[in-house]
Amino acid sequence: MNAIEVRGLIKRFDGFTAVDGISFDVKEGEVFGLLGPNGSGKTTTIRMLVGLSRPTEGGAKILGFDLSSGITEAKRKIGVVPDSSNLYDELSARENLLFMAKLYGVPKDLREERAEELLKAFGLYQRRYDRFGTFSRGMKRALTIAAALVHDPKVLFLDEPTVGLDVVAARSLRNLISDLHRKGLTIILTTHYLEEADHLCDRIAILVKGEVVAVDTPQGLKRYADERSVIEVSFGREVAGLVGDLSARLPGAEVVFLDEARMTVRGGDPSRVLEGIFEFSKDHDLGLSAINSIRPSLEDAFVRITGLSPTVMAREKGGKGG
Amino acid sequence: MIRDDLRCIYHIAAKDMRTYYLKPPAVSWGMVFPAAWTLAFYLRSPSNFDDLIPGLIAMTILFSTTAAEAVVINFELRLGSLERLLLAPVSAESVLLGKVMGGFFFGLLMTSMVTLGTVLGLDLHPDLLVLIPVGLISLLVFSSMGALFSVLFKEVFEAQTFLNLPRFLMVFLCGVVYPISAMPWWLQQTSQLLPLTYTVEGIRAAFSAAPSSSSKDLLLLAVFLMLFLLPAMRMLRKRFE
Repeated sequence: MNAIEVRGLIKRFDGFTAVDGISFDVKEGEVFGLLGPNGSGKTTTIRMLVGLSRPTEGGAKILGFDLSSGITEAKRKIGVVPDSSNLYDELSARENLLFMAKLYGVPKDLREERAEELLKAFGLYQRRYDRFGTFSRGMKRALTIAAALVHDPKVLFLDEPTVGLDVVAARSLRNLISDLHRKGLTIILTTHYLEEADHLCDRIAILVKGEVVAVDTPQGLKRYADERSVIEVSFGREVAGLVGDLSARLPGAEVVFLDEARMTVRGGDPSRVLEGIFEFSKDHDLGLSAINSIRPSLEDAFVRITGLSPTVMAREKGGKGG
Repeated sequence: MIRDDLRCIYHIAAKDMRTYYLKPPAVSWGMVFPAAWTLAFYLRSPSNFDDLIPGLIAMTILFSTTAAEAVVINFELRLGSLERLLLAPVSAESVLLGKVMGGFFFGLLMTSMVTLGTVLGLDLHPDLLVLIPVGLISLLVFSSMGALFSVLFKEVFEAQTFLNLPRFLMVFLCGVVYPISAMPWWLQQTSQLLPLTYTVEGIRAAFSAAPSSSSKDLLLLAVFLMLFLLPAMRMLRKRFE
């Protein structure tokens, strides 16, 4: 069953189309990634789905509630973690969670229990009476996620959850997201970190200039990258001058030099390619030092699908995110 | 549905009271400033102190409700905390009403203290059936005015600066310290366009020896309330469209 159904969603701002007729479904219990560079429409899509912005055209259903007529009902069932940690600096961790619980109508007798449970689960119990303003970025992010879970939502929207975090905090947060996934929560995640999407998502939609250009599992997307086998070979000495002989021994394969002693061989019959490489090395006494089969990465898939350089993703928002 | 909205309005107002209003800057604007202003006029003319009380109460209403209204909306818009409120299962109108009610409750607290202090201290006997409705609706009017200025401008300092213009204009033109009848004709006409005129008029009616009806003042204050509140709600919603 689908937790979210998006159909022909469009958002225009003063003549600029930020989201251009996107459609996709998110199944119950899956982690669905929206992957794309800055300005691709990820955040605008999320803002429309959580009721912060009204679509210009098109629509969506969240847990069966129509975005145009049932957004208040849908809001009761969703949790949202915006791209910035925007809880109240003046309130303590515990007070922030209790305030959110009150806003979502969590019964009085459950509020304390729920807040305590989340503070423990997110490793913030010892700091529960400390003001949010005194927390590190990682702790702020964790509490922001906890605040989005205080009313026990069925769907969680995470907008760039690890942006600006150091490697350790980002990794701990990814583990947290994986735990929530294991508990059956439906998660919609926007990210521009390719490895993060690969690691966390069951399925990924790639957005470019407001359009969905591909939706598939990470494995499925990688198949777009290159259906040919890729073998990386390193020799003990320079081989660039012998390329003609090597190519003749590898029919149907493409040889690309990475440096004077290292190359990738794409395509061809893998067993004949390996045989040709061994013979070539032996005949010229090159001292074969390494031979690896390379699997295409999500980055390869992204480049192939979008035609964009992966650096457009790395440049975004400054942070490394681990 | 209405219950959910009322619950959110209350919790937002209570949270704002704690985090913004019950702090030294808001208290000094809301109570100390009107008291200092009144003291200045008292020192100039000590025999007419009783005449200054309605103006003191009106000023407390005006300055306490608007003390932090621009901050609670603009500041939160900038931090993104207001978005968090809008993610809750309530309307944008209820979120704005929560913000307005924060100013209202703080104003009510400050105004009650000032009114009780002066009434008991000077042994005055206002007509509470006139004073209370005028006071309550005025608190809503000026809190809504603060909310409107807050959504009109993007920066906290802009909203505060532009809010000072009508605030100080009203202190001089609405009969707080100078009688309107003693002003030139064109200033008298201008004062009729300002809500504080009706607050002062209503409170004076409550404190006069022969209390008169304040229906006209209440009606006009209700009109001002709609003139401030409805555009503020509309503009807040528009910001997120």
